Amino acid sequence: SSNEHKLNFKKSKEACLSYIQDALLQKQWKRAAEFLTCYVESLEKDYSREHIGPSEMIWRIGTEILRHHSQNSMKEFNCFMEQMKTLGVKRYLKVCLEHVFHLLCNGQIDEAYQNLSLAESWRFGEQTAIQDKEMKLIQAYRGLLDYYSWSKQKNILLEHGEDGFSDLAVEQEMHGYFRKAAVNLKEIIKIPGVWDIFVKCYVDLLEFYGDHNEAHQVLNEYAYNSKFPANPNAHVYLYQFLKRQGESKKSLISALKILHDIVPSHELMIDFNTMLQKSKKRKKRRLGLEVIFAALDYAGWKENAKAWSCLARQVKQIVISEKHLDWIKQEWNSRKDWWPAFHFSRYLAKRNWQENKSLSYEKALVAGILLGKDCKYFKYVSHQGCKAQLKRFRILKKFVNRHNPVCLRISG
Amino acid sequence: RDFNERCAQCSEVNWGLTDGGRFYCRSCHNVTERTREVVNTDFITNSRVQTISKGSRKQEKNDGGCEWYICEGFQLVLKKQVEALEALGVCPQMKDEILCNFWRCYLQKSKQAYCKRPAGETIKALSVCESSTDVDSDPERPSLLHLLSLSESEGDLQTDCSFASSASKVSESTSVYSGSVDGSLYLMKNQKEKLNMTMPMTLSFCYMALLWVREPITLSELLRFVVEGHIPYLNVFQHFPEKMKLCGLDLKIFCVESWPVYEEVFNKMHELAAFLDLPRFPDITESCFLHPDMLCMKYLMEANLPDELHNWTCRVVKKIGIGEVDFLTLMPGNKSTRKVKYDVLAAAVIVVVLKLLFLLDDHYEWLLSELAEERNKNNTEGGPYFEFKKWYEVVKHSLDVEQKKLDEERAKYLWRCEKPLFYSVKNKSKVLKRRQMVVNLQNQFGKLSGSVQRAEKPNPSSFQLSWSEENTDGSCFHGHSLKGILQEKCGVLTAMNPDYWLCTVKLCNEKLCGHLAHYREVEFPQSYHFVLGLFSFLLRVQPSYIHDEVCMIEHKLFNKKLCKKLKYNTVLRK
Repeated sequence: SSNEHKLNFKKSKEACLSYIQDALLQKQWKRAAEFLTCYVESLEKDYSREHIGPSEMIWRIGTEILRHHSQNSMKEFNCFMEQMKTLGVKRYLKVCLEHVFHLLCNGQIDEAYQNLSLAESWRFGEQTAIQDKEMKLIQAYRGLLDYYSWSKQKNILLEHGEDGFSDLAVEQEMHGYFRKAAVNLKEIIKIPGVWDIFVKCYVDLLEFYGDHNEAHQVLNEYAYNSKFPANPNAHVYLYQFLKRQGESKKSLISALKILHDIVPSHELMIDFNTMLQKSKKRKKRRLGLEVIFAALDYAGWKENAKAWSCLARQVKQIVISEKHLDWIKQEWNSRKDWWPAFHFSRYLAKRNWQENKSLSYEKALVAGILLGKDCKYFKYVSHQGCKAQLKRFRILKKFVNRHNPVCLRISG
Repeated sequence: RDFNERCAQCSEVNWGLTDGGRFYCRSCHNVTERTREVVNTDFITNSRVQTISKGSRKQEKNDGGCEWYICEGFQLVLKKQVEALEALGVCPQMKDEILCNFWRCYLQKSKQAYCKRPAGETIKALSVCESSTDVDSDPERPSLLHLLSLSESEGDLQTDCSFASSASKVSESTSVYSGSVDGSLYLMKNQKEKLNMTMPMTLSFCYMALLWVREPITLSELLRFVVEGHIPYLNVFQHFPEKMKLCGLDLKIFCVESWPVYEEVFNKMHELAAFLDLPRFPDITESCFLHPDMLCMKYLMEANLPDELHNWTCRVVKKIGIGEVDFLTLMPGNKSTRKVKYDVLAAAVIVVVLKLLFLLDDHYEWLLSELAEERNKNNTEGGPYFEFKKWYEVVKHSLDVEQKKLDEERAKYLWRCEKPLFYSVKNKSKVLKRRQMVVNLQNQFGKLSGSVQRAEKPNPSSFQLSWSEENTDGSCFHGHSLKGILQEKCGVLTAMNPDYWLCTVKLCNEKLCGHLAHYREVEFPQSYHFVLGLFSFLLRVQPSYIHDEVCMIEHKLFNKKLCKKLKYNTVLRK
């Protein structure tokens, strides 16, 4: 049992690693480098049974240190990455990609492009097939950089166009970039995944060249194909595209429906509610109410005057018509226990009144309807408003007083 | 060296070779006319000594290597180690007389050399028999096992021994797996019977020689010097001559990936002494460094404890008889006597004395310290009274600092060296590439380490903690007096503490479970753990190791009382 305490190579390196970890966490880059220097000889030992081998450790730790160390230069970093590429063939493309990211973050677009091209031409027996996904990513990022080049050319062209020049060379270059970009971007978005930036760029290209059908199809796939992970942005992109294309309200609404399911607090919920409120279909208006209530459940919306005005408008309209009061009742049922404290406290009344009168107006209206004229919020705000002799507050007070019986039916 | 004639002048048989190839007597420097014919000087780096090799040893392999045997490798290792010890100040006889003889004896007993044809071995050991000449005079000569060519008078010995000719058969089949001739066979052999050499065992040899000569180096010190790099151990093979190619299974034998453990080296040494049928070792007397009285003095100083405690340690030593010559001196093969770990024993004695005076139950020692503090206020004459609390604070602080340094050093150890190691020629290029990459990375990140240079090897020192009386901050307790915690009874100063607690009521059977007791930190007072930890750091052994010795001493000390009260309270009145 005394051998458990034996200090051996493995234990020594484990201890070394924990010192490195401490140093990294405390951002002591010099110290981390010091211990890493001692750790690297692990490469000479066989760790094939371990889950993460020393070569991967050294790659990751070394990258961290080089990124942050004050003395570091891009040259050093590049040199290091090149060495890491030779260390593990199974990781080759991953290391290439990370290297490219780092170059991009440092504004070295051309070097990044070169590295991507180089990586694209890499072949290594069966590893090429195994690392197929990474290869697709490499191609996609090259496509992305091609897109940026295209974009630059496009802007130049537009400028020249204004000046009355037509530049054939630039135009041809631009088309060239388009072709290169399109091919690679198209490939990557076929694979289920989250490809927001690739999709956006590809759609941009397609729209420019007038291929709206293709663009629509791409966005549909991205949003609705169940193989792809649920991604709110997919629906946002689709919605924005449809809007640009001037599609019907119906299709716009259907585009936002799933977004509401996934992210009820999304900022587009205001647009959604606005469209729904105006709809002739009862179901849609019902949905609209649900949407705006759901959005206001979130803390981030507490002080959003626009949202409150949407809600206010809708409940006001329902109260006046006295139709579908049960809608409000249903929505209010699950919220009556906590909304008063969450939105309509006396403290909030004071604060809202001080900071944003419009906000307090809308909220007071909603509070008055949902909680009745005797609720703290309404009383305070309307009183303040009347005191300040603001006309709309007087009207508000009258309105709520007049419709109080209806309101009581709701809160009852 | 196989020249056995007596010198004309001094009648000694102690020959060496001059540059001119003549024999000369080492004792009186008489040069003879006898010369040796030099046939082969290929791998002889030391031009002073040249010998002939006869036999069918293959000189040149494809890579310029030669055949060599595992024990030749170990011989080189031992040589390096003993030279390092010499550089540390150990007496030169250790190398030329003691260790060399031990080694030869070992080779003979394990039938690797110096014997007639041993039965049942594919590789026959060979060489000349008893020769009183110094085997190690030829440091770089890789082969000891070759039949050296002889003067006519010894010609017949050749017929008795076999050569490398039979060995070459083996080497053909094993050359893939090891650079040495017998690497694979060495590992396959039954360890129990033959007591094969291992790297830790080289240290056992060193320790055995040190003990024989009674040098003032304890085993824990020796091991510490090894770890600090003053004694070659970790990558000794890089000093092997070029022609001795190391690969394959040789790596398993010579490449070390862990630091030697005290217990292992210690036990092996005793096994070795018995195996070699050594006689009783030279006596360890009171004037010896290894005697508990001496070692206690040293450790008391290092632990920053008052010199006055030495009286107490001597009393304990005397009372339980561990200062007796017969107890301390090593009798190899004697199973009834307990093997003595001089350093651990001395440390344990100090721990027992501390328990006697301070009880160390996390309560009493602090009370006593307050009392001493009170007394100190009125203390005008002589030195200050010793206060446990102050001592604890000072020593703990230093200990923590040193322990932290040690832990960091351990995490920063570099295990590999420049000489590349590969299992087979096939992965040689891969190994070299890796090595190159490691060196590159070390350079790159070494630069980023800032101005922190890797500290030079500290000079070997016997003391790890030092306290100077000249410090005015009162951090040295050597001169402090124990009067603060003693009381006068019948004209004799005795401890105020009347109690004592035993570490364990019953000792385990060492032969069954390997230990006398089983130490678990949570079961004992913090102060006790602290004291164990202090000596554990100084000796670089586990606290439980020292705890075992403490238990042993306590049981000897309270033997009578224990027999009476065995089943009852563990707290005894003294």
